[in-house]
Amino acid sequence: IQSSSYFLKAELNNEKKEKKKEAVKKVIAAMTVGKDVSSLFPDVVNCMQTDNLELKKLVYLYLMNYAKSQPDMAIMAVNSFVKDCEDPNPLIRALAVRTMGCIRVDKITEYLCEPLRKCLKDEDPYVRKTAAVCVAKLHDINAQMVEDQGFLDSLRDLIADSNPMNINKLLTALNECTEWGQIFILDCLSNYNPKDEREAQSICERVTPRLSHANSAVVLSAVKVLMKFLELLPKDSDYYNTLLKKLSPPLVTLLSGEPEVQYVALRNINLIVQKRPEILKQEIKVFFVKYNDPIYVKLEKLDIMIRLASHANIAQVLAELKEYATEVDVDFVRKAVRAIGRCAIKVEQSAERCVSTLLDLIQTKVNYVVQEAIVVIRDIFRKYPNKYESIIATLCENLDSLDEPDARAAMIWIVGEYAERIDNADELLESFLEGFHDESTQVQLTLLTAIVKLFLKKPSETQELVQQVLSLATQDSDNPDLRDRGYIYWRLLSTDPVTAKEVVLSEKPLISEETDLIEPTLLDELICHIGSLASVYHKPPSAFVEGSHGIHRKHLPIQHGSIDTGESPVSAGPAASIDQPQVIPSQGDLLGDLLNLDLGPPVNVPQGSSMQIGAVDLLGGGLDSLVRQSVKQRWYSGDLFLWFVKVWLPAVKAKGLEISGTFSRRQGHMYMDMTFTNKALQHMTDFAIQFNKNSFGVIPTTPLPVHTPLMPSQSIDISLPLNTIGPVMKMDPLNNLQVAVKNNIDVFYFSTLIPLNVFFVEDGKMERQVFLATWKDIPNENELQYQIKECHLNAVSGKLQNNNIYTIAKRNVEGQDMLYQSLKLTNGIWILAELRIQPGNPNYTLSLKCRAPEVSQYVYQMYDAILKS
Amino acid sequence: AWSMSASAVFVLDLKGKVLICRNYKGDVDMSEIDHFFTLLVQQEEEGLLCPVMSHGNVHFLWIKHSNLYLVATTNKNSNASLVYAFLYKLVEVFTEYFKELEEESIQDNFVVVYELLDELMDFGFPQTTDSKILQEYITQQGNKLEVAKTKVPTTVTNAVSWRSEGIRYKKNEVFIDVIESINVLVNANGSVMSSDIVGSIKLKTMLSGMPELRLGLNDRMLFALTGRDKGKAVTMEDVKFHQCVRLSRFESDRTISFIPPDGESELMSYRINTHVKPLIWIESVIEKFSHSRVEIMVKAKGQFKKQSVANNVEIRVPVPSDADSPKFKTSTGHAKYVPEKNLVVWSIKSFPGGKEFLMRAHFGLPSVENHEMEGRPPITVKFEIPYFTVSGIQVRYMKIIEKSGYQALPWVRYITQSGGERRFA
Repeated sequence: IQSSSYFLKAELNNEKKEKKKEAVKKVIAAMTVGKDVSSLFPDVVNCMQTDNLELKKLVYLYLMNYAKSQPDMAIMAVNSFVKDCEDPNPLIRALAVRTMGCIRVDKITEYLCEPLRKCLKDEDPYVRKTAAVCVAKLHDINAQMVEDQGFLDSLRDLIADSNPMNINKLLTALNECTEWGQIFILDCLSNYNPKDEREAQSICERVTPRLSHANSAVVLSAVKVLMKFLELLPKDSDYYNTLLKKLSPPLVTLLSGEPEVQYVALRNINLIVQKRPEILKQEIKVFFVKYNDPIYVKLEKLDIMIRLASHANIAQVLAELKEYATEVDVDFVRKAVRAIGRCAIKVEQSAERCVSTLLDLIQTKVNYVVQEAIVVIRDIFRKYPNKYESIIATLCENLDSLDEPDARAAMIWIVGEYAERIDNADELLESFLEGFHDESTQVQLTLLTAIVKLFLKKPSETQELVQQVLSLATQDSDNPDLRDRGYIYWRLLSTDPVTAKEVVLSEKPLISEETDLIEPTLLDELICHIGSLASVYHKPPSAFVEGSHGIHRKHLPIQHGSIDTGESPVSAGPAASIDQPQVIPSQGDLLGDLLNLDLGPPVNVPQGSSMQIGAVDLLGGGLDSLVRQSVKQRWYSGDLFLWFVKVWLPAVKAKGLEISGTFSRRQGHMYMDMTFTNKALQHMTDFAIQFNKNSFGVIPTTPLPVHTPLMPSQSIDISLPLNTIGPVMKMDPLNNLQVAVKNNIDVFYFSTLIPLNVFFVEDGKMERQVFLATWKDIPNENELQYQIKECHLNAVSGKLQNNNIYTIAKRNVEGQDMLYQSLKLTNGIWILAELRIQPGNPNYTLSLKCRAPEVSQYVYQMYDAILKS
Repeated sequence: AWSMSASAVFVLDLKGKVLICRNYKGDVDMSEIDHFFTLLVQQEEEGLLCPVMSHGNVHFLWIKHSNLYLVATTNKNSNASLVYAFLYKLVEVFTEYFKELEEESIQDNFVVVYELLDELMDFGFPQTTDSKILQEYITQQGNKLEVAKTKVPTTVTNAVSWRSEGIRYKKNEVFIDVIESINVLVNANGSVMSSDIVGSIKLKTMLSGMPELRLGLNDRMLFALTGRDKGKAVTMEDVKFHQCVRLSRFESDRTISFIPPDGESELMSYRINTHVKPLIWIESVIEKFSHSRVEIMVKAKGQFKKQSVANNVEIRVPVPSDADSPKFKTSTGHAKYVPEKNLVVWSIKSFPGGKEFLMRAHFGLPSVENHEMEGRPPITVKFEIPYFTVSGIQVRYMKIIEKSGYQALPWVRYITQSGGERRFA
């Protein structure tokens, strides 16, 4: 290398242009194959001054590669760059400004501003376009510089509009720009929140034609905008239904694209099918697997097929699945067998056919097919008790071939569960016992339980067996879980066999029909990100590295007039644009946090005594039930602002438990007012509640006051007192609360938004002098201004005061009423407000100042909601 | 915040060595690409290959083309569908520049590849990706067109970004090809599992100036699309247009109006979801006598109009991988054994409608059997039928208006081809 670079050096300094160019080419060739040619830096830079475009491009390329490692030398190139930005040839001007933006060396960036300013006003549109992208690059390197230098204004001049978010301009531009530009415009539109359904519809009408674009990314971005704005359209309107029908064909067409495009489409369709199954419910056939589909496409199609399976198409689906189960790819075959089981559980009418299909598959004796089939049959048994047990004999024939823990455990569970119908159940289970210590924990635990079940059912013949397993589990095992379970059974059996029977042989809760559903709030967020990596991985967007702008958590918009505004910060107009860069816990952390918490059954407090716990007895009696009743009727109680009751946890997501509720603040205390309804067929007991860490440290003051079992179709009203002494973690949105509720069936999670007024404390009135001093003291950039529109009120102060927003002073300036107000949050944060009301004008102006300005938008939402209630 | 795409783009050879790369945003370390190939091999071994892979914060979005991997890296929540569309565009542009896109063409043309990478994307934003336009200012022999290259084609920034001004032809003509490709899947019992028609209208435009074109199709096709006419058997499920077609105009009055790109392009494609029977019906009997032989009998029948003829018919019949010593007998055409694909290919140059032909094949099997599980691929049929479309689509007119007022001739051709009719045996 040494000698070759010596020759190159000589050639680079050759007088002849052609020789020079050939030399630079050789340098680039060496660079391309990974050789370090940085030592030639000065010689290459010397070649920069040329009118040969190709040579210049090569030198620029070299500079981009090595400038970072040789910043001091890179400076040598600055003069040439600046000169090239004024070259008569527009290609060279553009090339220079483009390359300068790519060299992320501070010293070069400093010199970039002047040429960039000129290029933004260049006579050639190509140069202007390149310069505009360069502003984005500069913003990424140094956002402050872009602001200071006024480049944003220059950009606005470029589009000849002072308002860059002019929606109409964007929509018109859709018809005039390149396919790539259309994608960016559509992605931009998807961040916009229409004022009302009429605007939403008119945007949809202008976006819909993009569904016919040949570029699949344009189509998917258009789908994103439409899926988001659909939320704002009334469900019973003709337009809504027309739009739904229009979405299906383009989604199907994406499946005739390249395999990678199909994959992205399928992952997104998986979300769309969960959000709005009606769009593709007629199209199940297009998800049938093709022989030559790549495996990643096959697996995704299978998943969507099961989601779309219904009584209407189950025959076709089963015929397909049966075909798949005889293919060669092991993973695919397993998933197909599992899918048959899921169909049985989902579509009751098909269960019988599914079971017989599974039996046919078991007859093939293909080892992994048999094992997978046995695992799903266990679930079918649980879903339809006392229906298909006649096949147990066939299953038992395959006992010896099972070598996977899942399958062994499933088989053992079946034998234990139906021990009374299997003549040789004891022999079968005993055969597993021989190699007990070689089994996986899962198998050991299942075997232990199965033998205890057997013993409870046939005590006379199996005493020896149960003793054997108990001693294996408790005395010969190092596994604490196994030992503990062994001891529990042992105690139970030895002290109270009747109770043991009740516990071990108790009725089992139903298993849910749908599996692998994405948590609804995440689903909504992913719908807002259709086409992006997050929606391909099905991971929250916060799991990715933030851009220089921070992450805006996106929510589906909410239709006005039907649900409160507190749910959706984006629907609140001006507040939506506030940047909130902050750390958001990823989904994994959340679950981890919640699961690690001790969700034990509630401390068994006798019914009477719980009423004596401080806060609780304040509620006992009239006011509590009165308030709650008024909440239920969806009314406001006087001036006190209360929130609509909402369904937080629908029964389908929680195995029959429905939780609806709202938050309130009464006499200085916070409450979570909830109604638990049992929509399952079995009773529910052992309720407990736990909150994840949240921004305001909210935790329940008492355990859930539910002490009697909740019978099927019964409901109970609960007022859970809250306080704010719990652990604090900043959430996004700030008022987000993640809740886990446990009962005897399972643990369920939901998240909800706490309306901020619940945190407005009673002693939120600031002294006049303090107010003035504080207002001055808080920096001006913390002041945020909002519009409260269409407000017709007389008693503004009174209404606000009932919600702990205190008016400190009132002035009349030039015919306008200025109200100065303060409020304080439970965590001691003060918010200072100036409310400007012009007589005859229904639009109020609200200025908020706060040392923690991120709360301002939530406070604004409360103002808006209270004044309009 | 703008939507994000690729941070960098790499072209790798089959062993994972970087042939050429371009760093667009500088927010992902370029050495991260070293993990790509390891991940790929790992996933391949596990049989869980996926077009998106990640290592730490970095995500790899990749496609494979001949003996190359094209990989985009990002650490943001990028628009994945944009990235794939862009990678396929890269393949298209490189192919038009170098005829074949493969390892050698990248190595032989690295200077132009760098130039193109620089021009196709800037800071993660795809720019001009139309190779016709790019060829006007990025040429393969830089020195030859020195003068011309001092000008940027205005097309790059025009609203009409796909056609340059000042194009001249002595004779103004447009060739319109209507090509329909049918996909039918038949299961072992002979019932049609799925069938669809994918149609495409391709143009070869040789017109001067900036002509305004309007394409008229028989009404029922397009009205069916809006759901106004459900009576007829054929309905277009979905239509996709080249970016030159005014989509809002089509949405409002069903007019297909556009300024065409010069030369060849696909103007539109459509999908018809209708029950069609296979045009060439296949019946087969495959008898396997373990340890000795396989006997194959295939019957093919042309189920289309007697006046039509299917050309270049190829019927591909899978055989066991350990089969040997083939013997064939055909009533027409000839059969050939392709051992590397485990196939017998029966070719028939021309196959008239209504006719029926037979092929018999005999293979020996080794006495020691192959125990590996083999897939059961379907019998695949390929053919072309000229002057005929299954859907009945017709070009009614093509209006060509250019301000110079020249007369231009449109030519129309119809072809139906098999997108692979398949039948499981």
